[in-house]
Amino acid sequence: MPHKWGLAVDLDACTGCGACVTACHAENNIPTVGPDQAARGRAMHWIRIERYWEGEFPDVRLRFRPVMCQQCDNAPCEPVCPTYASHHTEEGLNAQVYNRCIGTRYCANACPYNVRFFEFFNPVWEKPLHLQLNPDVSVREVGVMEKCTFCVQRINAGKIQAKAEARELADGDIKPACAQSCPSKALVFGDASDPDSAVSKLRRSSRGAGLLEDLGTRPNVTYFPRHTEA
Amino acid sequence: MAEAVPGLAPPLIDGNKTLGRITRDVCAPIERRPGAAWWAGLAVSLAALAAGTAAVSYQIAVGIGTWGVNNSVGWAFGITNFVFWIGIGHAGTLISAVLFLLRQRWRTSVNRAAEAMTLFAVMCAGIFPLIHVGRPWLAYWLAPYPNFRGPLWVNFRSPLAWDFFAVSTYFIISATFWYVGLIPDLATMRDRMRKGVRQRIAAFLSLGWDGSARTWQRYELVYLLLAGLATPLVFSVHTIVSWDFATAVIPGWHATIFAPYFVAGAIFSGMAMVLTLMLVARVVLQLQEYITIRHVDVMAKLVLATSGMVGLAYLTEFFTAMYSGNPYEEFVFLNRAMGPFAWAYWTMVGCNVGVPLLFWFRRVRQNLWLVFVLSLLVNVGMWFERFVIIVTSLHRDFLPSSWSGYTPTIIEVTTLIGTFGLFFTCYLLFCRFVPVIAIAEVKGAMMEDRHEREALAPAHAEEAVA
Repeated sequence: MPHKWGLAVDLDACTGCGACVTACHAENNIPTVGPDQAARGRAMHWIRIERYWEGEFPDVRLRFRPVMCQQCDNAPCEPVCPTYASHHTEEGLNAQVYNRCIGTRYCANACPYNVRFFEFFNPVWEKPLHLQLNPDVSVREVGVMEKCTFCVQRINAGKIQAKAEARELADGDIKPACAQSCPSKALVFGDASDPDSAVSKLRRSSRGAGLLEDLGTRPNVTYFPRHTEA
Repeated sequence: MAEAVPGLAPPLIDGNKTLGRITRDVCAPIERRPGAAWWAGLAVSLAALAAGTAAVSYQIAVGIGTWGVNNSVGWAFGITNFVFWIGIGHAGTLISAVLFLLRQRWRTSVNRAAEAMTLFAVMCAGIFPLIHVGRPWLAYWLAPYPNFRGPLWVNFRSPLAWDFFAVSTYFIISATFWYVGLIPDLATMRDRMRKGVRQRIAAFLSLGWDGSARTWQRYELVYLLLAGLATPLVFSVHTIVSWDFATAVIPGWHATIFAPYFVAGAIFSGMAMVLTLMLVARVVLQLQEYITIRHVDVMAKLVLATSGMVGLAYLTEFFTAMYSGNPYEEFVFLNRAMGPFAWAYWTMVGCNVGVPLLFWFRRVRQNLWLVFVLSLLVNVGMWFERFVIIVTSLHRDFLPSSWSGYTPTIIEVTTLIGTFGLFFTCYLLFCRFVPVIAIAEVKGAMMEDRHEREALAPAHAEEAVA
């Protein structure tokens, strides 16, 4: 049975610390664009923490929601790509083939979650940041669309490791950078086709819900809304 | 004779001309040396084209970051210009094919120029899908071509792939139709020219036209068949362009009304552009007796009719958003009318729905200066329609965390100016080298008109007396 990767996000546990955002940048060679470009709406964060204030001062409540690619089963970004750069893998990921991408930006327009990011210029890493590029992840050039991959390089490394050790892949063998770095364990990653995996158990809970799921996108990220009123 | 007769529409061609006079009048602008105005126009157009070329070169060298687009507003000026020019390019086929099949004789005075306008507008439009991509050096991947990558084909589910077929088909058929219509006139040019290179080119392009009854019969059959083939394209091209938007789930784009709405808008903007150009050309080329008040009047009525359709579409969009109860749809339309781009929205409504209402008045339709100004405003309004649809839908969509704004850069504005430069460069060259009025067709239409008048005139004269 092929794997089907899924992520569960416990909004009760998320403190909005931003460790996942930093880890994602480091793991995936995501360039920083600087304050000017960020102010023009060109910041690149494959995962972001959305922050919502509720209520009137002084009785305000703060809520966080980490948003990354929802790896939809029925993804609006995929059919619109004229070159198949954006396509669906057998393991349920919305893959982006950088070499095949010509940069129409149609996928980013079509995505209701705005989790696709475009290289508006050739990326630069100020010294010494250029020394910390991850050799397992390709560096994208100008004019290419990029997005969260669920750390596909880690998924493949995990599968190769298990095969080398002649064993089945175990739940928890693979952790994307965001889930690995989350101090409050708000992000749980795993194989949703394995009924005993932690993520499968969470997905079966009636509390879980997909983001904007009424659009029919069938996302593979499940959110657990806050039930504490702290 | 062909003088004004009470109770009958004014004659198609003024001045009670002979057939030989028509040939001389229409060929005059291409047989005399170009005047200062033509050279000045060409210089301005070429300067605009050069500026646009520089802007596009810089953008390709540096990246799409030189435009104002961002991660939320992925399309803005570039695709607005694409849809705008494609829309302009719609009047040509409408006039040449649909009005031909409907036997609208007045089309003969404007069809050649309108078809040329279509070709040049589609050329301008075709630039944008190529340059708006992040890596334009790979834009040929939009086309299906035999390759050794599997082979790997384009994604036939993507509306951008459909665009490729729709626009290229439209260009090929329009160019063919334009050329076939030119053949008898090329033969006229061949016969009138002195020996030389130009004469030999005209002789080659006129395909050995001999003017015999058999040649005419075959020519007219081909023309009729091509008109039949081109007619569906009037509707298909802009329908497919509208699907670029309608197939996405984004509120403001995801609407079934888009196909007819875009087709009506395209004919609306195309007719307005024909009016703008014809009003200038008739004066500059001294063809006032061929493109008469009657022609302007008919085209102004077409603009008025399509304006009504476009206005109905605007209302329907609001009604659908309200009636659906979908909060995202409701928000998008309220945001259009009252949000940060309200100025663009009301420019669009004012120019496309408000301004053309003046065409209800005959006196406005017959005041050429007023028609010229109004047709320019319609062009402005239709550019803003595409801008509003694209930018306002993208800048505020589902998740407020990724809401954003949009401001065009000087590079984007210069690119738009550059396409106007290309358009007018081509148009000025066209006016110099090809008869701007279809000589053979005008003669046929004028003679039919004259015979009808002669048959009807006595009866009408009696009625008028009684």
